Amino acid sequence: MTSESVATRPGIDLSRIKSWLPAYGVYVAIVLLVAYNLVFTPHFLAWSNLRIQLIQVAPVVIVALGMALVIGTEGIDLSVGSVMALAAALIPLYLGYGVFAAIGVSLLAGAVVGLINGVLVARVGLQPIVATLALFVGGRGLALVISGGQLKDVRNDDLIFLGSGDLLGLPMLVWIAAVLVLVIAFVVRRTVFGRRLLAIGGNRPATELAGVPVRRVLITVYVICSVLAAIAGLLAVARIQSSDASAVGLLIELSAITAVVVGGTPLTGGRVRVLGTVAGALLMQLVVATMIKHNLQPSTTEMVQAAIILIAVYAARERKSR
Amino acid sequence: MTPMVTDPQAPAAVVAADERRAERTDRIVGLIQRQGALAVLLVVVLVACAAFPNFRSFDNAAAAPPALIALGMTFVIITGGIDLSVGSLYVLGGVVAAYASQWGLLPAFLAPLLVCGLIGVLNGTLIAYVRMAPFIVTLASLLGARGLMRAISDEGSTTYLVQNDAFRSFGTGSFLGIGYPVWLVAAVFAVGMVLLSRTRFGHAVYAVGGSEDAAALMGIAVRRTKLCVYVLSGLLAGLAGAINAAKLGSGVTVLGTGMELDAIAAVVIGGTLLTGGAGSIGGTIAGVLLLGVIQNMINQVGNVPSSYQQVISGAFLAVVVVAQTYLTRLRRVT
Repeated sequence: MTSESVATRPGIDLSRIKSWLPAYGVYVAIVLLVAYNLVFTPHFLAWSNLRIQLIQVAPVVIVALGMALVIGTEGIDLSVGSVMALAAALIPLYLGYGVFAAIGVSLLAGAVVGLINGVLVARVGLQPIVATLALFVGGRGLALVISGGQLKDVRNDDLIFLGSGDLLGLPMLVWIAAVLVLVIAFVVRRTVFGRRLLAIGGNRPATELAGVPVRRVLITVYVICSVLAAIAGLLAVARIQSSDASAVGLLIELSAITAVVVGGTPLTGGRVRVLGTVAGALLMQLVVATMIKHNLQPSTTEMVQAAIILIAVYAARERKSR
Repeated sequence: MTPMVTDPQAPAAVVAADERRAERTDRIVGLIQRQGALAVLLVVVLVACAAFPNFRSFDNAAAAPPALIALGMTFVIITGGIDLSVGSLYVLGGVVAAYASQWGLLPAFLAPLLVCGLIGVLNGTLIAYVRMAPFIVTLASLLGARGLMRAISDEGSTTYLVQNDAFRSFGTGSFLGIGYPVWLVAAVFAVGMVLLSRTRFGHAVYAVGGSEDAAALMGIAVRRTKLCVYVLSGLLAGLAGAINAAKLGSGVTVLGTGMELDAIAAVVIGGTLLTGGAGSIGGTIAGVLLLGVIQNMINQVGNVPSSYQQVISGAFLAVVVVAQTYLTRLRRVT
């Protein structure tokens, strides 16, 4: 890595910075943004503000975790928003049987969607973008059919506790997201499944030849992604205390993909940055929050988000070509 | 062991017969792949005409803007790319057209083409020359274009009304019982067909989608071709937006979400492969009409909620792409 040209050149080594930037640029950006806010934004450090930011970012983090796994296999999952809507639509239907039954049914629905996606991608051999597009279109329609297109209030104390309760001073939502982050990070770094997943993204034919059950791993990855989306969906219902299939998870696939890409996970697969993904989601949340605090319009926010995505991908491009 | 010892003449004959059969399978499969959507469309239309007496009087102009977007998407997908920004560009084009209509008929058409064309240039440059992934670049411009649209419409709260009577009558008027927008779309499709199948550019589009490296070795300007398809896609999305603004009489800011995915679905149903290198505009027309007819049929049934349309479209898309994949595999094996 440190070749002669590096040793002979005095001062800052540009090529080294270039290779660092895609991986750690997101942390630098967060630090800069936080520093800016500490100086220029009043009440930024107030607990109520940080709390709101964390609660708002939690669903995106949960969905982005699954998306990071899928992208690690060189895939993409567009159906996550529809899965959220589906999970949300099922909750009020089965709440009569108890909160666990409702949660179980919505997670099951997520698993089924993931299974369909996984089978279409791994067995039928469809491109991930088309396979998940079908459920992106159909899933939300199904959710609307199930809910009858109506907004339903959810009044269940256990569920409301999940959405707005506290545990040891932190919101339950944040605890759940944090636990899921740790679990996924462990899975990616320390398990055989994680290794296989990265191997598939790196070079699928070689992985197949190495005797890895590629199809099974792929299907599992899509199921995990959809189940995580279903968790995010039911948490969204728990937080807003109502189920609206037409609004829950709308456009979250874009936020999730953005978080993953900004976090330094390449779209070409073979690599998953779990903590980077969390940082990517946090960065986008901070950008939006900062702009709102300084009375900038949502239109400006969207254009800035677009610029950030392009910068992140441009930085990652350097590494790919090496 | 006896079957092994056969007449030495037989294998040659068998091979020849096999080859003939393979050729025939190949032809039939290819035919289904290319014309399958059209056949299904015919069946669906016939059934619909028989089942619903009001079917033939449906608003045929409704399919005009989605058709234009799908046309641009066809070019992009044949090169092996994807353009997610068209939904946003469609809305942006509508708002710009309504805003520009205060200066006359021509600005109402040219302004959205200019704005959306420029964003197409940006997309194409980043994809072709900076070599960034089409998916991400156009995802970013989906956000950027929506931001721009909100910026010029006071965060979506201002709906510009079309000020120009000629522009509005273009959207609502008709010639020979068919609306002007449909005539325009038909003309654009005719040009698109000639462009794709009869010109050097069209052949370059197929070649780039088939194999970029091979196309470059053949001396095709790969990067320029890629830039052109994204500009074309942007222009057509802008034109679709302008037509919609003329029809509605205002630049509506809340439409267009998910439009890009509908367009991709129509293109794929029409038999264009997302892997690039194969596809046709005729198929795209069939795909667009098929999705439109399904929607129309569901509206005709009456008491069925419109959300069923999404379910059916999604299921339909899944069936079509699965069938396509198996057909392609069948072809490759033989």
